[in-house]
Amino acid sequence: MIQADLNVILPEIALSVFAMAALIFAVYTSKDKLAPTLVWVSAAVLVAVAAFIGLNGSGENIAFGGMFVDDAFSRFAKIVILLSAAAVLVMSQEYMQRRDLLRFEYPVLIVLASVGMMMMVSAGDLMALYMGLELQSLSLYVVASLRRDSVKSTEAGLKYFVLGALSSGLLLYGASLVYGYAGTTLFSGIIQTATEEDISLGLLFGLIFVISGLAFKVSAVPFHMWTPDVYEGSPTPVTAFFATAPKVAAMGLFARVLHDAFGGAVPDWSQVVALLSVLSMFLGAVAAIGQTNIKRLMAYSSIAHMGYALMGLAAGTAFGVQAMLVYMAIYVTMNVGTFAFILMMERDGQPVTDIGALRMYSKREPGKALAMLILLFSLAGVPPMLGFFGKFYVLQAAYQADLIWLAVAGVVASVIGAFYYLRIVFYMYFGEDTGEDLDTGGNPVLSGFLMASAAIMVVGIVNMFGVEGAAEAAAAVLVN
Amino acid sequence: MIGLEHYLTVAATLFVIGIFGLFLNRKNVIILLMSIELMLLAVNINLVAFSSFLGDLVGQVFTLFVLTVAAAEAAIGLAILVCFFRNRGTIAVEDVNVMKG
Repeated sequence: MIQADLNVILPEIALSVFAMAALIFAVYTSKDKLAPTLVWVSAAVLVAVAAFIGLNGSGENIAFGGMFVDDAFSRFAKIVILLSAAAVLVMSQEYMQRRDLLRFEYPVLIVLASVGMMMMVSAGDLMALYMGLELQSLSLYVVASLRRDSVKSTEAGLKYFVLGALSSGLLLYGASLVYGYAGTTLFSGIIQTATEEDISLGLLFGLIFVISGLAFKVSAVPFHMWTPDVYEGSPTPVTAFFATAPKVAAMGLFARVLHDAFGGAVPDWSQVVALLSVLSMFLGAVAAIGQTNIKRLMAYSSIAHMGYALMGLAAGTAFGVQAMLVYMAIYVTMNVGTFAFILMMERDGQPVTDIGALRMYSKREPGKALAMLILLFSLAGVPPMLGFFGKFYVLQAAYQADLIWLAVAGVVASVIGAFYYLRIVFYMYFGEDTGEDLDTGGNPVLSGFLMASAAIMVVGIVNMFGVEGAAEAAAAVLVN
Repeated sequence: MIGLEHYLTVAATLFVIGIFGLFLNRKNVIILLMSIELMLLAVNINLVAFSSFLGDLVGQVFTLFVLTVAAAEAAIGLAILVCFFRNRGTIAVEDVNVMKG
């Protein structure tokens, strides 16, 4: 029995052992001098595990009496998480090394956070959910304050910690109520108690608390207040990480709790998720207009994007989950490219985050400006790019689930939100030249990611590289 | 006779005190950490009460996990707080305001 269980969690075991071995090895050898190598090795291991999961996984495997579920849904989310974590690691290496920020703990913590995220999307029990979530969160609190000598970075870490702990508390209180009123912590047991006809008040309270705890983690309004500050204060590569893998993991966990544990009570949570969605879309769209710091702008942008992803969940159907997964995969690809660009924004080797610095950028770097233009159009959801299809999918899911008001609100919010993306395009192509030029050139790895991501946004419209089919299979196992 | 409701009421009260401690406290970040701990302990009371009421051990196992994670969380919180204090020279909640948000 235990042998079969261990086989199911082999990828997680491999990554945890790697993280701990890397930590001990680095401590006993050359410490931070080893860090650049460790970053590349960790990225390679993450990609290898992703490949293993993609090629080797099949069917639905349940381990540890239902606590851990390995199915098409968790495999889809895990591959997206691992690949984006590897991409961000590789992107951060040169940037952090030049600023003397690259400590060997960084790749180790990213790998541990990835293990936590893999646990989250595979959770089949409230305890597994909590342990995965905390492993991820505790690692992220530390990486947020990675720049120990900076007030901003430590403040970001402190704010993230306090609000993250609050959200864990809410989630846990909800979990305790769910346990009490359902009599079990297993999702497979909760779904039998939580049926539409007779969901008890205590269970409903528990569900609402759990949803608010998870909404904190995906930074949905009204639980978003940490996002702009944490994004601004953290070192830029860490911000890039926050904007990608943890968002996928939290959305995956959200979908798993709602469908695996409360799939019998869709009308009870659908309205709550729809409300979170519409608030996030509008706040993300409106509040970003006044931002001049590109990291804060990306924070509001991610709040808005989470609103769209939640719209897919609010539909409460298999197609909605599929739309959410496709949306998250596209969102992560766009964000990797955009943050590769932000990491390259420097003047005399110092990072610049003011969008005013991009005035007439196209004159000096036409290639990069064009790639960024494609990504920004895609983020805004302008038709020929992949980002449009992501939005189209979730809108279709909402429409099919008779949430027409939500779909209309989504379209309106996306029109408002287009303004601030297009303003950056305007600066790059038509702004006044102030003579304060950003450095040209830049790291080839970052340029590569930027160009690749932009290329995917254009080429991907042909067949989305098969993501659509994989997402459909993933959604089908979750909703039944 | 003290029944399940009494335990749940105590837990709910402690939990709400914890949340109020987080939002109303304007003095000291350490108090924030204490409030967080209070919330987690309220959850533990809930879990143990339910566990005994249902005659099911899972709730007590859950409690042990929560206790362990709470300790790790407090350690990390204090570590971040020490770094913050070194940079800023204060741990007053009002001074956690370099970024507006």
